[in-house]
Amino acid sequence: MFHLEPRPQTSKLWIAITPLLAVVATMIAGGILFAFLGKDPFVSIRLIFWDPLFGDFAFYYRPQLLVKGAPLILIAIGLSLGFRAGIWNIGAEGQYIIGAICGAAVGLAFYPMESWLIFPLMILAGALGGTLWAMIPAILKVRYGTNEILVSLMLVYVAEKLLASMSLGLLKNPEGHGFPGSRNLRDYASAFNDELFAGTGMHWGVAAAFIAVILAYVLLNRHMLGFQIRLTGQAPRAARFAGVNPPRLILFCLGTSGMLAGLAGMFEVSGPSGQISIDFNTGYGFTAIIVAFLGRLHPVGILLAGLLLALTYIGGEIAQGQLNLPAAAIQLFQGMLLFFLLAVDLLSNFRIRLNQRKESI
Amino acid sequence: MRPIKTIAAGIALAVGLGGAALAADKTKVGFIYVGPIGDGGYTYQHDQGRLAVEKHFGDKVETVYQESVPEGADAERAITQMALNGADLIFTTSFGFMDPTVAVAKKFPNVKFEHATGFKRADNLGTYSARFYEGRTVIGTIAGRMTKTNKIGYIGAYPIPEVIRGINAAFIAARKVNPDVEFNIVWAYTWFDPAKEADAAKALLEQGADVILQHTDSTAPSAAAEKAGNVITFGQASDMAEYKPRPRVSSIIDNWAPYYIERVQAVMDGTWKSDDTWSGIGAGMVEIGEITGVPDDVKKEAEGIRDQIAAGTLHPFTGPLNKQDGTPWLAAGETADDGTLLGMNFYVEGIKGELPK
Repeated sequence: MFHLEPRPQTSKLWIAITPLLAVVATMIAGGILFAFLGKDPFVSIRLIFWDPLFGDFAFYYRPQLLVKGAPLILIAIGLSLGFRAGIWNIGAEGQYIIGAICGAAVGLAFYPMESWLIFPLMILAGALGGTLWAMIPAILKVRYGTNEILVSLMLVYVAEKLLASMSLGLLKNPEGHGFPGSRNLRDYASAFNDELFAGTGMHWGVAAAFIAVILAYVLLNRHMLGFQIRLTGQAPRAARFAGVNPPRLILFCLGTSGMLAGLAGMFEVSGPSGQISIDFNTGYGFTAIIVAFLGRLHPVGILLAGLLLALTYIGGEIAQGQLNLPAAAIQLFQGMLLFFLLAVDLLSNFRIRLNQRKESI
Repeated sequence: MRPIKTIAAGIALAVGLGGAALAADKTKVGFIYVGPIGDGGYTYQHDQGRLAVEKHFGDKVETVYQESVPEGADAERAITQMALNGADLIFTTSFGFMDPTVAVAKKFPNVKFEHATGFKRADNLGTYSARFYEGRTVIGTIAGRMTKTNKIGYIGAYPIPEVIRGINAAFIAARKVNPDVEFNIVWAYTWFDPAKEADAAKALLEQGADVILQHTDSTAPSAAAEKAGNVITFGQASDMAEYKPRPRVSSIIDNWAPYYIERVQAVMDGTWKSDDTWSGIGAGMVEIGEITGVPDDVKKEAEGIRDQIAAGTLHPFTGPLNKQDGTPWLAAGETADDGTLLGMNFYVEGIKGELPK
């Protein structure tokens, strides 16, 4: 009945339309799902997409979009550089954890001294921690040709064990009655990553995410290194002839993504989360992989994808809280969104043609 | 701290406006759950408590809940959202919600909060918990009597005082009736993850355990035990009756309903005050599920211990008891004080292995 015909060129129009189409398709499929669960589909969809932005309490939810989206964007930007060059850092979650541990540890080491120097030092420590953790798969790959996907992923579990150990031992709050978890950095002014402007949700991590988007854009479009990254991804052999040094590129890509993930962890632990605890990480490092691809590995795309995913998280929570929807239904809904986005992506490279009767194949 | 105050003022204003219209008719009660309501264990029981509140008060009350809320930054948003939407009373039902609850309570002075199993309180934030360890003493006795390999497996969620207290209580009780008993303890680092819990159970079975105690919320360990055969387990938080009469031979049931009803009533009457509640078998907050599939004398003995604890004639932590390293803790006849129990971060003498650090 139908067949797919490759387009001679990727359609610019469809690239712009497909995300909207996917959102609409998700609304329809999601609405049916919610209706089967006995909830009003229109109310559910409104709660997810409309209320966080324009509802009664948007003044609270809009800043939360930034809070939720910033770490995703920051990590995804770093990952996208490597992904473009065919270097697969799957372990951003681990680098995020290590960045948080290092940042928090530096802050807590100074407790209760107050100084403006402490926060910058924490940022440095977070960036360094994330970078070093990512350097493990990088160096192993360069030196021994190991697979960075496996090594970086396995290091996530090592980082999680380290996080548990820190919460129960070295960084445990001495005034916490033996309960696990560090002191809350919110109660320590010098280390607290407070909002820069009241009520906006803008903390240093959000600022860092925006800066990362701009720098990545400049790097990829205006800089030799960006050209090399793109070339390596598209034509590795040609890249070699063009003078690309693969080991250096591996170190750069993994190092940068590790650094950004580490920063995200540090800003999270010193701000929204406030403390190192066993459950500190909630999967930003993995979700960021989706964000990176959803944004088509383009800095601006990632910015939008990060905010969209944040919207479904926050809207999903609203729908759960108000309609008593099961958590799994919301996860399913998010899954649908990703499914449709990837599915309709097809339309930018292919067009659907009705088979004519007379034409035989 | 100034920006926070500004937001707080903004939010308080919004709630004041929104709340005034609602306050007249229904009392809105919110619940934040750490697991899914279908976990068949801990969260399921809290939700039973919520349903009991609905049944008791009928249309005088409206309840909302959010399940599977991650412990950390996301919890704060979930709680804030409930407060924004006009909840009068919010129960946050897991230890990891402590700091987020404290933060939200600060922003919403007119909303009442109750946090389960924590220790931080404020004028509008109370804490409550159940003396689950009393139940552990009962099932520890059954475990000690029933094991043939003398190896008892224990799946712990996190090495926090709550869980450590349970391990110690069960161990003391098991050793009392069987001096050869040993505990193998596995930490799952999750409250609810059927796959991880099943793995932990399998690992314990491979090490020769024929009794499995769990301080995690799913029925996965019972399922694993059923498959292995000849292994007994105990329902955790909920009765887990579908595994009766074996492998599940008894259970520790959390019965939150009376407490939730009492606190909602207090909010309706305007008599709610922040306090700390810690009740056990005697008050009915902890129940022992029907004892099945064990010899009659074991059943009688366990029920006897249950009744003694309920009557207050037996304290699970009665000396002489030493800490793991051999230092004396309680002299003969002395019982543990609540402060030590609440912050318990050591094993009693005889337990092998170290607490994770």
